[in-house]
Amino acid sequence: MKQVMTGNTAAAWGVRLARVDVIATYPITPQTTIMEKLAEWVEKGEFPAQYIQTESEHSSLAACIAAASVGARTYTATSSHGLALMHELLLWASGARLPVVLTDVNRALAPPWNIWTDHIDTVAERDTGCLQLYCESNQEVLDMMLFAYRVAEDRQVLLPMMVIEDAFVLSHTSEIVDVPSQEIVDQYLPKFEPEFRLDPSEPFGLGSVAMPDQFMEFRYRASLAMDRAPEVIRKALGEFERAFGRSYGGLIEEYRCEDAEVALVVAGSAASTAKAVADELRREGHRVGVARLRVFRPFPVEEIRALGKRISTLGVLERAYAFGPNGAFTTEIKGALLGLLAPPRVKNYIAGLGGRDIRPEEIRRMFLDLERVSQAGLDREVEWVGVQGLRWAEGIP
Amino acid sequence: MPVGYEEMPEAPGTTASTEEVQTGLWRTLRPVIDYAKCTKCLLCWKFCPDGVIAVLEDSRPEIDLYHCKGCGICANECPPKCIAMVREEEP
Repeated sequence: MKQVMTGNTAAAWGVRLARVDVIATYPITPQTTIMEKLAEWVEKGEFPAQYIQTESEHSSLAACIAAASVGARTYTATSSHGLALMHELLLWASGARLPVVLTDVNRALAPPWNIWTDHIDTVAERDTGCLQLYCESNQEVLDMMLFAYRVAEDRQVLLPMMVIEDAFVLSHTSEIVDVPSQEIVDQYLPKFEPEFRLDPSEPFGLGSVAMPDQFMEFRYRASLAMDRAPEVIRKALGEFERAFGRSYGGLIEEYRCEDAEVALVVAGSAASTAKAVADELRREGHRVGVARLRVFRPFPVEEIRALGKRISTLGVLERAYAFGPNGAFTTEIKGALLGLLAPPRVKNYIAGLGGRDIRPEEIRRMFLDLERVSQAGLDREVEWVGVQGLRWAEGIP
Repeated sequence: MPVGYEEMPEAPGTTASTEEVQTGLWRTLRPVIDYAKCTKCLLCWKFCPDGVIAVLEDSRPEIDLYHCKGCGICANECPPKCIAMVREEEP
């Protein structure tokens, strides 16, 4: 049934339809309205989940880990500083191979204090073994909640997963969302059947010590799971399309990239703007495309290489500053492309930090700049876009 | 006995009891009780963070050296100071 709802309400609907057993929560803007909606349903008796209010985000994820280890389907949501506080336990969940699913509503980290969209919170958790999926619309937020449990709980994977939406642009903005029926969801997402669970009748310890003669084998097995994850994701997306009639491309969603001369890689809601700009430029005869980075972990090496084989110049628009030579997406994209005989040129655009709008005219300039780079070669590798008083891309109209 | 990664479980778990782990090997200082001075107050039993002090039938404390890590809290808490921390290499 179609309803008008915010991204956060869409996330809550995903959790409810996924029949989550245990929800652990600590409030933080802009995530809080997800937990408020879930609390309302639990309080009214419409949603039979265990709802635990904890004293911190660290404890929320710890509660999910504990519940998942006895075989419960678990959920938490957070943002920014809350996700940073969960850092240790993200590694715990992946190390213990527990498929906890969480929503992160992307928000900047202080100082300066800022509650608006910035991808640094999730990008900074890149190395924790938690799968990452960035959404573009409220519909995708709801759909990917169901999808996340399907992927994370797959015995080929068994890793935590975060579904990511942009602060306010999605979290607090209303769109039409098609809420699927419980029957179809139940067919797509069966009950969680864990490979192992703590059980007092057959006691064992989970998360035990492994001495130097055993530790690497556990990490190697986790790496095999990470390596299998792209194929599990592709398959689960195909099944999602068959069940719900909606398609999300793949780990990367290519938009008008078939014959593109240049393409812009972008994650999150800014991809919508980029697509509209690409349409406009296509009408003017420019061969431009958008590659929406949906899945950052596991990293879509195969998809990036396929893109890099066809397109000679790639731009990467990043909504996070990683305090390195370029953004984290760019670093990984460049790393994947180095496997090609003739890797494309890659230019990094840093924009939209702390909720700064990424305007269509700025994305238009990025595309034109990429066309210039495609002809003249790469002069500057990183460009900050939208900084007041800073000029960029000289010579671009 | 090391085994290959394929034979190992997916998640790091163990069915072995922690009682089987000889944590006493971590010790550098060994608590030695002078029973002549012990008043059987059992503060050592109460404060031992690892629960490795047992109470015998005559109420004397006895330290399980297979598990005692030698932290010295018992010696510190003992009111008559009858627990000595002795270097492991000394008899």
